[in-house]
Amino acid sequence: MIPLSSYLIVSAVLFAIGTAGVFLRRNLITILLSVEIMLNAVNLTFVAFGRYRGDVDGQIITFFVMTVAAAEAAVGLALIIALFRHRESLNPDAFTSLKW
Amino acid sequence: MDLRFGIQLGIIGLTFFMLINASALLVLAERKIMGFMQQRYGPYLVGPHGLLQPLADILKLLMKEELRPKGADKWLFTLAPILSVTAAFAAFATVPWGGETTFFGLLDTPVKLGVADINVGLLVVFAITSMGVYGIVLAGWASNSKYSLMGGLRASAQMISYELAYATSLAAVILLAGSLSLREVVDTQAGTWFGFIPRWLVFLQPVGFIIYVIAGVAETNRAPFDFPEAEQELVAGYNTEYSSVRFALFPQAEYINMATMSAVATDLYLGGWHGIPLLDTYGLSWVTFLLKVGAILFTYIWMRWTLPRYRYDQLMAFGWKFLFPLSVINLIVTAALVLYFNA
Amino acid sequence: MPEVVTFYLLAGIAVVASALVIGQRNPMYSVMFLIVAFAALAGLYIQLDAPFVAVAQIIIYAGAIMVLFLFVVMLLNAPQEDGAEWDRTHPLRRAGIGRFGAMLAGVLILELAYALMKVNGLGAAVGSQANATTVSSVREMGKVLFSRHAFAFEATSVLILVAMVGAVVLARREGES
Repeated sequence: MIPLSSYLIVSAVLFAIGTAGVFLRRNLITILLSVEIMLNAVNLTFVAFGRYRGDVDGQIITFFVMTVAAAEAAVGLALIIALFRHRESLNPDAFTSLKW
Repeated sequence: MDLRFGIQLGIIGLTFFMLINASALLVLAERKIMGFMQQRYGPYLVGPHGLLQPLADILKLLMKEELRPKGADKWLFTLAPILSVTAAFAAFATVPWGGETTFFGLLDTPVKLGVADINVGLLVVFAITSMGVYGIVLAGWASNSKYSLMGGLRASAQMISYELAYATSLAAVILLAGSLSLREVVDTQAGTWFGFIPRWLVFLQPVGFIIYVIAGVAETNRAPFDFPEAEQELVAGYNTEYSSVRFALFPQAEYINMATMSAVATDLYLGGWHGIPLLDTYGLSWVTFLLKVGAILFTYIWMRWTLPRYRYDQLMAFGWKFLFPLSVINLIVTAALVLYFNA
Repeated sequence: MPEVVTFYLLAGIAVVASALVIGQRNPMYSVMFLIVAFAALAGLYIQLDAPFVAVAQIIIYAGAIMVLFLFVVMLLNAPQEDGAEWDRTHPLRRAGIGRFGAMLAGVLILELAYALMKVNGLGAAVGSQANATTVSSVREMGKVLFSRHAFAFEATSVLILVAMVGAVVLARREGES
């Protein structure tokens, strides 16, 4: 049998990878993909804990997290398309005109 | 334990063998039926009545030169047909194609004919079919050619649009059958009403059946919804730059998708392998199944060579503005009726 | 024993694929590796007796959201970072003290893993066989979802509607009606 901590460690590693992607990559699409990795890591934690507690609530929460992730990906990609039309670049450093 | 494991492996191999033969025979069936509808014989030179024609076709395709355009993405160009055909085969995994049989008493305990019976089997079919979109969209992009890209994008947009109507009509069936497992859906369709009307779901869900078949035709990119790969329009669309084995995998994936759609339609609406009680007693229920699947496949081919092709914007408008609202209304009416008759 | 093997295999694929996602220059390859990671996660969900979540993961994430990403990458002909910038931002190829950051991140992850292994009570096996069928049953999920969480369900439907309208409005070209 697999202990709960194994699942939590996998989830933590995935979350860390996602965070690293958000911080280090200079491409808007890859940043959004890293956010999706983080959301999936959280889903795994929820399902693992739900199974540990023996009820179905963990899966219900993942249902909502997936829906929210889908909505967020749709709006985020629409924003990226709009931004790309302006500056012809996907580098977040190209959109710093509001910085003082 | 070992014997059952071996038998299970045998059934998996049999299913795989069946699917490969299905794709080969469908190539021949299409050309023969097309020929007869156009008042000519189809292929009849190779083998008796042209039965060995698929063999000749495949040999020819295997011996062609493997081309890859210079700007094509090295990995994705080869991955696309592999993805397409893998998804096509894998989708058949949870589709049962026969009842329990002991193979005329060869086995002690009856074995169910079907690769796997998962309690969310219907959703698994849907999930893996939606993975089939990747083969097409990657093929279009990786070919580095404008016709391919247009064809790939249009084909995948069409497939994901018709997945909505497909899924909602499935939801109505699940409501009536009370389970997500395909084998249980078939088993609720055993028996008859009034002694002679079989208890098939098509009689309870006629609109749903029509929606499902139309959405299935659009999902597999078959006429009249085959704009993305139409020869006259887009120079064969997403598989323009493919040749030899990589090309051969695309039509094979398409025919196996057709077979899977027909098999799922038979399981959900036409009662699966129930219907001829005589065959059921001898454990030959899979013959009934094959007859029904064959009837639906014939309808597929019939539709292709009879109906004119939809233009792409007509196709998308039909899917979003007519078929999807109709399937939602179907679901709501089904839910209301189930509630009324169970209250 | 076989489930330990599948767990390590699936977890390994998920972690390696995710690491490759953030390490690719071409966003198309990143999307492909993320699909692999999602498939591995779906396998982990099946192992956790959550077949519906696994299938929903494939349908929603791998089948819809990633297709959306793929469309955007293809339509924008997404430019990738060029060589100099790649060397500047890649965590393992920075000059001098910059590489220390990646090592520090690795040490942090190892500490977190160690702490999680030592916490009391988390070492128990995930789930007993007793309630495996209730947890994995879709009927049970439906009952809880539509009774206790009905409000959240309705709110999610409004959220999806807003996201649809918002995405269409944001991606429109200026000057179109």
